[in-house]
Amino acid sequence: MPHVLVVYTDDEPGVLTRVASLFRRRGFNIHSLTVGPTERPHQSRMTIVVDAEEATVRLAVEHLRKQVSVLEVQQLGDRPKVVRDLALIRVAAGLDVRSEVLQLAQVFRANVVDIAGDSLAIECTGGPDKIDALVDALRPFGILELGRTGAVAMARGSRASPQPRLTAAPQPASNQAMSV
Amino acid sequence: MSKAGTHTGAQLIWECLTREGVTTVFGYPGGAILPTYDAMVDFSIRHVLVRHEQSAVHMADGYARASGRVGVVVATSGPGATNLVTGLATAMMDSTPLVAITGQVGSGVLGTDAFQEVDITGITLPVTKHNYLVTRAADIVPALREAFAVAKSGRSGPVLVDITKDAQQGRADLDWEAAEPIRHLRHLPPPLDPEALARALELIRHAKRPIILAGHGIQMSGARAEVLTLAERADIPFALTLLGLGAVPATHPLSLGMMGMHGEAWVNKAIQEADLLLAFGMRFDDRVTGKLKEYAPHAKKIHIDIDASELGKNVPVDVAIAGDLLTVLRALLPDVPVADRSKWLKQIRGWRGDSAVRDIKNLPDDGHLYAAHVMHDLWRLTGGNAVVVTDVGQHQMWEAQYYHHDAERSLITSGGAGTMGFALPAAIGAKLARPEAEVWVVAGDGGFQMTFAELMTAVQEGVKVNIAIINNGFLGMVRQWQALFYEGRYAATPILSPDFVKLAGAFGIHGQRVDTRADLAEAVAAARAAEGTALIEFRVEQEDSVYPMVPAGAALHEMIRRPATHAGASAIAETGSDPV
Repeated sequence: MPHVLVVYTDDEPGVLTRVASLFRRRGFNIHSLTVGPTERPHQSRMTIVVDAEEATVRLAVEHLRKQVSVLEVQQLGDRPKVVRDLALIRVAAGLDVRSEVLQLAQVFRANVVDIAGDSLAIECTGGPDKIDALVDALRPFGILELGRTGAVAMARGSRASPQPRLTAAPQPASNQAMSV
Repeated sequence: MSKAGTHTGAQLIWECLTREGVTTVFGYPGGAILPTYDAMVDFSIRHVLVRHEQSAVHMADGYARASGRVGVVVATSGPGATNLVTGLATAMMDSTPLVAITGQVGSGVLGTDAFQEVDITGITLPVTKHNYLVTRAADIVPALREAFAVAKSGRSGPVLVDITKDAQQGRADLDWEAAEPIRHLRHLPPPLDPEALARALELIRHAKRPIILAGHGIQMSGARAEVLTLAERADIPFALTLLGLGAVPATHPLSLGMMGMHGEAWVNKAIQEADLLLAFGMRFDDRVTGKLKEYAPHAKKIHIDIDASELGKNVPVDVAIAGDLLTVLRALLPDVPVADRSKWLKQIRGWRGDSAVRDIKNLPDDGHLYAAHVMHDLWRLTGGNAVVVTDVGQHQMWEAQYYHHDAERSLITSGGAGTMGFALPAAIGAKLARPEAEVWVVAGDGGFQMTFAELMTAVQEGVKVNIAIINNGFLGMVRQWQALFYEGRYAATPILSPDFVKLAGAFGIHGQRVDTRADLAEAVAAARAAEGTALIEFRVEQEDSVYPMVPAGAALHEMIRRPATHAGASAIAETGSDPV
C-alpha cells in the first residue's frame, strides 16, 4: 500500500543522495520522490511515496529522522491530504482524431501545451488516479511520450477552529507527525 | 585563496581538535593532507603513524572503546581515504564514536579525476553517521565541531570530514562560539512516555520467568549500576550479547553468560522458555536470535534502545521505548518491586547442570593444547583484569566463552562487522587510551596475518601489548562451517603462517611458542614481564570447533553440541555432550 511521507531537509549538496541511498540500502521501495524549495529559506521539501507495509514505513521514518540533514518527517497516513502529480503526455493525434483527443483533454481539465503536425502534448495536474485515468483514456490513440513528476502532497488544514489564531502559524504538522 | 583570517585551515583543524580535548590521533600523511601535517608540529597532539590506514581506524576504534572518548583518524585523499572504509564500517556497526579527517584534492579540480581523487563522501555515505565535504577554510570549524557532536550524540558512530587542500591552505578567523553545533539536537529521543513505562512495569511485575538481555548500550549509556540494581531487586538473571560482555559482571550470581549462536546451551534454553525479555541496549542481531519465527516464543518483550529505528526491526516487541537506557532505567527503578524468583533461577541452574564442571577447560592436559585451555588459563593468570582485544573467528568465541569479563570496556571486539585484522591495531589504540591497563591481543593465525605490520607501529610508539596468537593452521571458523555444512571440503581454509617467533625477532619484540598446556603459565608470565610488546604463538588442536552452536537460520534451542565421541579419544571425546 502506498504511504506518503513529507520530509523537510536542509538545502545542501548530497541530501537527495542521502535520502535515496537510505531507501535503497534498507530495501524500501520508492514509488516516487519529488524535491523542491519550500516556504522556509535554505530548506527543501521532499514528498516520498513508498510502497510498503506499515511497519516498514515506520522504520523508514525512523531512519530518516536519524539523518543530520533531515529536520522533520511527516507520515501523512490516513489523514486528509491533497496529493498532486503533473504529467506531460504526447499523444498521436492526426487530424482525423484531433478533436476527439481535445475533448478528452477538456473532460480531464487538461491543457494542450504543444501542437505538432501529427501529435499533441497535453499537460494534466491532479491526483495520481486522475492522471492514470487520463493516460488510460489516451492510450488507444497512441502515447508517444509520457513524463510524470511524481506526487507532491500536503495534509489538509483543520476546519474545526474558526477562531482567529493569536499565535503564529502552526509548524507544518510536526505534532501529528509523531503519530507513526 | 583568501589572505584574510587569523588562521590557516590546517591550523583550524588542530585548534579544533585541541579544543575538543583530543590528545592522540592515528594517521598516515600524503599529498592532499600535507598542509595539515605541516601545521601539526605546532600543536601538542600525539600522532601515531600507522602502517596502513585501515589500522588507523581500528586503532581509533580501540582507543574510543577502551576510553569512551572520540577516536580521531587522519588520512590523505584517494587510496588513503578508501583504506578507511572497512574500519569505518566496523565502527558504524558497533556504534563507535569516531571522527575521520581526510585530505581532498583542491576544490578547483574536484570531479576531474585528478591525481588521488576519489569521492570519499560518496563512498562512505552508508558506513558513516554523517559526512562532510569542506571546500573553504571558513567551513572547517563548523564542520568539525558538528562532526564531534554527531559522533557522540544519540547512538554514537563514525563521521568523516573530507577537506580540500585549498581549504587547508586558505585562511579564516577562528570563531568557536559561532560554530556551536545544533543540528545533532534535532533528533534527540522524545520525552519518555509514561504509559509505556507503566506497561513495562506491569510486565515486570507479572513475569515469572524474566531475563534481561544485556547489550553494548549499557556501557555506552553508563547504566551498569542501574541494570544491576534492577536485576538484584527484581531477582532477574541476565544474559549478555557479545558486545555486552563486561557491561555487567560475568561473575555476578545473576549472570548467565553469553547468549546466541555460540552462547551456552542453557542460556539459550532459558531465553526460549522465558516469559519476559528485557532487552537493554541491544538490537536482536541474527547471531543473537537465530530463527526469528521461533525466537523466545513464550516471552513478552520490552525493548529499550536509544535508536528508535532498532525498535521492532527484527523482533516485534510489546513495549518499545526509544531513549537513553540510563534515563529510562532511572525512571523505571523507583517502581520496580522487590521480588523473589528463586524458582526460575533454580530451573535455569538445573538446565545448566554439571556442564561447567565437565567443560573442556577443566580437562587435564593430554598432549593436545586447546584454545579453551589458553583462554581459561589466560583469564586465571591475568586475574580477569586485562583488557582483551579479540580478532574474529573461533578464538573470538572461545575468548567470549572462557575469559570472564567483570569490568566494563574490558573486551574489545568487532561484533557487528566481524572484521578480521581488527585486534592488533585496536589493542594498540586501547593501550594508548589506557596506558595503565594490561592489554592482550587474542587473534587467530589468519586475522593476525592481515594487520601484523602494526607490530612496528607498537614498537615505534613504545606501546606494550601482549599478543596471544591461537594458531590452528586453518581459517578455523570457516573450516568449522565447512566441516558442519559443506561435507568437510576445506576449500581455501588451510593457511600457512610465518615462524611467529622469528617474526617477533624481526620486529625486535619478545616472541615465544607454546605447544603444551604445561608451558603456558611460564610463557604468559614472560610476556607480561617483557618490557615492550610480546608475542606468544599457541599451537592448538587443528580441527577443534566452537560448541555449542546454533547453525545460521536455526532456532535458538536447536544447538549443535560437542560430539560425544571423537576418533582418537582426545579430550573432545571426554567432554561428552552438553547436559541441556
